[in-house]
Amino acid sequence: MTTVAPGAPGAPVTLRRQVELTIDGQAVTVPEGSTILEACRSIGTEVPTLCYLETLTPVNVCRVCVVEVEGSRTLVPACSRPVSGGMEVRTDSERVRTSRRMVLELLASSVDLSTAGGDVDRWIETYGARPERHGPPALSTERDRARAGEHEPVAVGTAATVSQAVKRDNDQYVRDYSKCILCYKCVEACGEEAQDTFAIAVAGRGFDARISTEMDVPLPDSACVYCGNCIAVCPTGALMFVTEHDLRARGEWDEGRQQVTRTVCPYCGVGCNLELHVQDDRIVKVTSPLDHDVTRGNLCVKGRFGFEFAEALDGGSR
Amino acid sequence: MDLRVTEAPASPAEREAVDSVLGPPESGWSGGARTPLDGHVAIGGLSRARDRRRLLLPALHALQDRVGWISSASLGYLCARLDVAPAEVYGVASAYALFRYEPGPPVVVHVCDDVACRAACGGDPTGPIAARFGPAGSALGRVDGRAAVTWQPSPCLGHCEHGSAALVQQAGERGGRATLAPFTADDLGHLVSLLTPERSGAPGAPDGSDGPDPMGGLLDLGSLPVPLALVPQVVAEDVGSAGGPGAPGWTEGPGPRLLRRVGRVDPTSLDAYRAAGGYGPLRRAIELGPTGVIAELKDAKLLGRGGAAFPTGAKWEAVARNPVRPHYFVANADESEPGTFKDRVFLDHDPYALVEALTIAGITTGAEQGFVYVRGEYPLGASRLEHAVGEARAKGFLGSDVMGSGLAFDLEIRRGAGAYIAGEETALFNSIEGRRPEPRNKPPFPVDRGLFDRPTGVNNVETLLAVLEVLRIGGLAYAAVGTSGSTGTRLFCLSGRVTRPGLYEVPMGATLGALLSMAGGVAGGRPLQAVLLGGAAGTFVGPEDLDLPLSFEGAREAGATLGSGVVVVLDDTVDVAGVLERVARFFRDESCGQCVPCRVGTQRQEEVLGRLVAGRPLESVDAELALLTDLDVVMRDASICGLGQTATSLVTSALRRGLVPGVVGNGVTRDKAAAARASGDGEREDGT
Repeated sequence: MTTVAPGAPGAPVTLRRQVELTIDGQAVTVPEGSTILEACRSIGTEVPTLCYLETLTPVNVCRVCVVEVEGSRTLVPACSRPVSGGMEVRTDSERVRTSRRMVLELLASSVDLSTAGGDVDRWIETYGARPERHGPPALSTERDRARAGEHEPVAVGTAATVSQAVKRDNDQYVRDYSKCILCYKCVEACGEEAQDTFAIAVAGRGFDARISTEMDVPLPDSACVYCGNCIAVCPTGALMFVTEHDLRARGEWDEGRQQVTRTVCPYCGVGCNLELHVQDDRIVKVTSPLDHDVTRGNLCVKGRFGFEFAEALDGGSR
Repeated sequence: MDLRVTEAPASPAEREAVDSVLGPPESGWSGGARTPLDGHVAIGGLSRARDRRRLLLPALHALQDRVGWISSASLGYLCARLDVAPAEVYGVASAYALFRYEPGPPVVVHVCDDVACRAACGGDPTGPIAARFGPAGSALGRVDGRAAVTWQPSPCLGHCEHGSAALVQQAGERGGRATLAPFTADDLGHLVSLLTPERSGAPGAPDGSDGPDPMGGLLDLGSLPVPLALVPQVVAEDVGSAGGPGAPGWTEGPGPRLLRRVGRVDPTSLDAYRAAGGYGPLRRAIELGPTGVIAELKDAKLLGRGGAAFPTGAKWEAVARNPVRPHYFVANADESEPGTFKDRVFLDHDPYALVEALTIAGITTGAEQGFVYVRGEYPLGASRLEHAVGEARAKGFLGSDVMGSGLAFDLEIRRGAGAYIAGEETALFNSIEGRRPEPRNKPPFPVDRGLFDRPTGVNNVETLLAVLEVLRIGGLAYAAVGTSGSTGTRLFCLSGRVTRPGLYEVPMGATLGALLSMAGGVAGGRPLQAVLLGGAAGTFVGPEDLDLPLSFEGAREAGATLGSGVVVVLDDTVDVAGVLERVARFFRDESCGQCVPCRVGTQRQEEVLGRLVAGRPLESVDAELALLTDLDVVMRDASICGLGQTATSLVTSALRRGLVPGVVGNGVTRDKAAAARASGDGEREDGT
């Protein structure tokens, strides 16, 4: 059997039926089966997303991408809802703006978003979210011991948060769940969507829901194989290379000084593309392009973390 | 997947518990003893492992009942047996309130402190218990040198008509659950005294190689008194005399229909059930065939009683017509809405009716396999249902040839484990499948992709019971009862400060006032402050709403909801603030945590309410009200499922009615509230 990339010469021509809809009054035509998000992006309409990633099945849990669809009782998640003919979508109505503002506010008041990236800061500004109106943050600690169906209320006047101690139990990466928005991406990447390892899952429920290994055992006691695919999909920096974490802790992390070099992994013959993030002549992080045919952003432990030899060679040559 | 599980061996008791559900292990690959053959033969494979995951929840129950907690070693054994990753199993188990992860006293008493009992007791029912026995989690009694009992507060246990209740959860060879209602501090004292004699030296139950089992026999749960069903012998015709002809929505009542057998017919005898008219409707359904049954349901204009009021005939037809096979049908008996106890009454006292109704649903929609998902807090109902299923199967009412029709249908019972959200239909599917009880995104709807991704019909218990009535009297006759928009009768769970609490059945459209009159009105003749209608996800209505017709359209027009038929009566002495705080805590505890609006919103709602009740608003009362409004909007509009979408309903309704402390109702100035507070007028200012 030969495989031909779609669009390549000789590829079978597949005709996807086109669907017409309107977005904010503008007529749009997209292939059948597209999501509202894809339709919005096709005309350059920005829809904020947090739990969405091109390479994963949408779980539509963050709800920041909600849009108004004529005839729907509630708002609908743009990331997962397929378009249908004649659909009338509004992405910037008062209703939409209120819900997006509140989602951002609820997250920002309960989660440390300091490493979530510039888009999040911009959206918080754009939608006018005011996380401080929920009160000063209450520090929680024993989140991993929370039991379903019970909780201690926080002190009156404070706002509960997901803050807890950083988990550092291995040499490769750090888990800082104070920054976790529970987007489920790491669980998907670790499990059926990429790695098939299932070292982590969502545990507990409600505000106490959390990402956890079984019984919260340290990673080395879990099924983790250190592929780091969870780090690659984490939108908030809750999962981070030890190198990045330590540089940030010392105030030395500076993306402006970093160079990203694309190369091919030297280990096996699969041909995974690597992006080496280099700061001050040291590899500080390794990623793989989401749109790469082979990896779709995923790597194994060797490609992701096996870069020390490069520095050893480098050091030797000097 | 390379399964990696702990190397610590599970104890014999733990293995026995898991094996009681899964059978003995087949090979070294699945937790059994290694044999030379294991290196050469693989049994099962992925598809069989997928198929067995549905046994996860029953196996967790078995561990909890036998050992009292789920240890790392038992988790490892269970995972090896099911070929499911430990992190996933922990994720599932930790979503339920009735499972524990650390050892503790073998007897845990869950004491209801929810809205109905709170209203009935005139305060927190756990107050006297904490005063006498210490705070929740206190170690009480001694058995074999260890603490025997502890207590903890619990959300509604579905015994609201008794005004107080407790669920006793016991681990050991005689492990299991039983409910006590009513339940007072004295009852807890009695339990503790039963378990106090130091039994050192008394042989524990041997469990194999580890010597005496410290959690051997404790209480004889079967000997505990069974709570009575309070179904006042008031028949539906009485609505006429109470509400009076001409009252809005008044209909000549037909007498009790769904409640016909409850309290009158032996719930443990199939013969008694048949003698009382049982299995006539199934015979009729077999005669009519699927098309005929669906036509009757359409004639009856029967709407689902689960909350969405979806036409039952249309739902059954959609499942029946779906070409994808197999089909499933699920009875949702996971009622957990605070103030609701109707399913319990039928499970306890008319279980064959549910078996029969589900059989009709199965043969009509082409499902050969049905499930009944019973609340984990209903041990008596689950055991009576199990008995009923066994007897029906033995006598040919279930199985490969239902009543000689040549049609096959059988059903399995699944017990919940303390999760309100599992009552949401798609979360319920996940729960049966052995996944976290999280609602799924809709569409696709269950009629297309439900349980095991197959076309699935799902109805709540009351809807299924109404189907029996439709087939008994015919669709058109059924449609003649009630109002044109809401046909038939409806069950209402009356509790709180009412003279005769209990389960009532009235024609749709009877007024709230008529219903309250049937129950003897407010207890002690005190003034009515408000009625909590529909449950924690419902609304408050006031004394001025007694003319409210109890029908889908009547409630909708009044901006209320019938919900699950909850009617909690609050007289002027009930502390509404306490009720609201309990409801806020309830949603905070019961949200599955999947989507942001509900996960964080329920937490924030509890906080705002706490500030208002304490009279300590953050910026101003106005700012707090704006915050509550914003929470209401985002949770209603952007949550995934009905839990988040309705979690603000009661607080919003209380705000509107001026029932929230420090806040006067809509349209009245908040300055006044502030002034009242400043003048030391008390923290509460009721709009009544």
